[in-house]
Amino acid sequence: MNTLIKLIKRYQGGSILLLTVLLALVLPLALDIFRLNLVGKYLSYGFVAIGLVMLWGYGGILSLGQGVFFGLGGYAMAMFMKLEASDPITTKIQSTPGIPDFMDWNQITELPAFWLPFKSLPLTIIAIIAVPVALAWLLSFSMFKRRVGGVYFAVITQAVALILTVAIIGQQGFTGGVNGMTDLKTIWGWDTRDDSAKYILYYLCVALLIFSIVICRWIQKGKVGTLLLAMRDKEDRVRFSGYDVADFRIFVFCLAAAMSGVGGAMFTLQVGFMSPSFVGIVPSIEMVIYAAVGGRMSLVGAVYGTLLINAGKTFFSESFPDMWLFFMAAVFILVTMVFPMGLAGLWESHVVPAWKRLFSPSLDKKTDLNSVSGMPTKLGTGVSHESI
Amino acid sequence: MSFDDLLNIVIMQGFAGLSLFAVLLLMGLGLAIIFGQMGVINLAHGEFMTIGAYTVYLGSTLAEFISPNWVNTYFPFAIVAAFLIAFFAGWLVEWGLIRHLYQRPLDTLLATWGLSLGLQQAFRTFIGPKEVSPTLPDWIMGSWAPSEGLDIPINGMFVLALTLFVTGAVLLALHRSRWGLRVRSTVSNRAMANAVGINTQRTDRLTFSIGCGIAGVAGAAFTTIGSTGPTSGSLYIVDAFLVVTFGGAASLLGTVVSAFGIAQTQSITEFFLSGSMAKMITLSVVVLVLMLRPQGLFASKIRR
Repeated sequence: MNTLIKLIKRYQGGSILLLTVLLALVLPLALDIFRLNLVGKYLSYGFVAIGLVMLWGYGGILSLGQGVFFGLGGYAMAMFMKLEASDPITTKIQSTPGIPDFMDWNQITELPAFWLPFKSLPLTIIAIIAVPVALAWLLSFSMFKRRVGGVYFAVITQAVALILTVAIIGQQGFTGGVNGMTDLKTIWGWDTRDDSAKYILYYLCVALLIFSIVICRWIQKGKVGTLLLAMRDKEDRVRFSGYDVADFRIFVFCLAAAMSGVGGAMFTLQVGFMSPSFVGIVPSIEMVIYAAVGGRMSLVGAVYGTLLINAGKTFFSESFPDMWLFFMAAVFILVTMVFPMGLAGLWESHVVPAWKRLFSPSLDKKTDLNSVSGMPTKLGTGVSHESI
Repeated sequence: MSFDDLLNIVIMQGFAGLSLFAVLLLMGLGLAIIFGQMGVINLAHGEFMTIGAYTVYLGSTLAEFISPNWVNTYFPFAIVAAFLIAFFAGWLVEWGLIRHLYQRPLDTLLATWGLSLGLQQAFRTFIGPKEVSPTLPDWIMGSWAPSEGLDIPINGMFVLALTLFVTGAVLLALHRSRWGLRVRSTVSNRAMANAVGINTQRTDRLTFSIGCGIAGVAGAAFTTIGSTGPTSGSLYIVDAFLVVTFGGAASLLGTVVSAFGIAQTQSITEFFLSGSMAKMITLSVVVLVLMLRPQGLFASKIRR
């Protein structure tokens, strides 16, 4: 028991436990299944947000193309479910039975070769992680080895997001085009749309999310996390100490891509469709703001940020659709200008000190070195204006 | 098909590429100044173009309102007005937003994205969600037919001429004026420029505003090609960034060359394939080249 408490303290597990309790107990009891399903959908963006915490907060690399990996994971899952939904019996009115309906509409008579692996669930699950990681590795290997970073990386990942959207929309026969893949119902005959399935999927999503957070926290506390922070602030010194900076960046980019892919798959499972509108530039940048609102250095904060922004989006688009973009604009500008460390930063700078003053006045003078793990007091100290 | 027909197709196809080149270059120029020279990522650049386009629309409505004679003459004035309005909008944005974020380029990116969302919604709320096009003067419509079967649209030639004029003016200003001297010295060494008495803050503000003003001119010019809606700016933004990055961020000449290359690649592939495939292939080629040569086509030789 004591070792467990030590472990929790070392990895700051309190906040993770709190989040687990909130997601696994409080929300399911407080919300009906429709709202809970919405929360599950938001949480699938949370995977992208915690990936961005690792990539952007710790690694100092901003990717504006995380929607690409989210989309690849989502589409992989969708392709499996679409194939299962279009077996020869249900699609016998088509001119070619046994292929997805949108292929039939586009005069395609045979299943394309790249669809074949998605007939099997194990291969699909592998693809959900492997395809995003492979693309991320390709992109990041050539860029980071050539020491491209900062704004250039952001611009190029943005271009990749545009390419993928154009490709999906343009190749309607292979991808379902702008409508995406719809009518996804079953996995191995298990109906994913009834209420009990929705609960199971929600808990699966929460479990995977908490698992990802734990893994990320473990990486942060280890050597790699320390090195990532060091690279973010003084890249040259890390290089002079004999580390290959590029390798660590490639690793963290692939990690973020893998988690985004899982998030995409959970999205498809819970929402029941996938479309290019979750892949492109706009959703990709929106995902960055989830992490920014929650706090770019805080894994748990990123999840809260995702929930908050999405709840706001749902609320505004239900009640005041015109105000939504103004609200979003204000959030973007306020977060970057006024509180760049997000909610987690406000928590560390205002709530925690107030709490300590209330309950342990003796500790007032002592600065707690462990409280703000690796949060820089001033942002961007490593990036001077000239170095861009 | 005779040889003449073939020649006409080649000429018209070449001209289609040239007008795409003009469009890309005009979009890229403002960014080349803001992103290339100052290193600021301005994702609201497209919205400054939209401001320019709406200025022309306003001008045409005003001209029609005053007298029909004005319709033929308002356009040059509207372009100047587009420059001025976008210039002052840029001035305000630099003062309110950008100058606080120079030390954090990635945060500038997020803040300007927020700005662009806000502006888009503002256009939608205050001007209207529908796409509008100004009444264009007669002399810009139609096409020029120097020989049988050869049609060259006049609006394309107009945009091309305007682009060449603006590019020339920017190049001249950057290399022959005091402002250009200040910008170039600020870019190459901010601290030193400050030390020799250049007010780098004012230089930054002026540079940013001029970049925005050029975006306004670009938007004004695009009203001759297509209609303007609240989100038209966002269609251009990625292309514009790619043009500047591909050319090598700090080099204006690079921007010109890359705009030419991208435009010709796209219009030639468009001739053989569908529009979306052409776009995909062009973008992929650009990204691949950037992965192999991240500094762009024309890299400035500064030690980093």
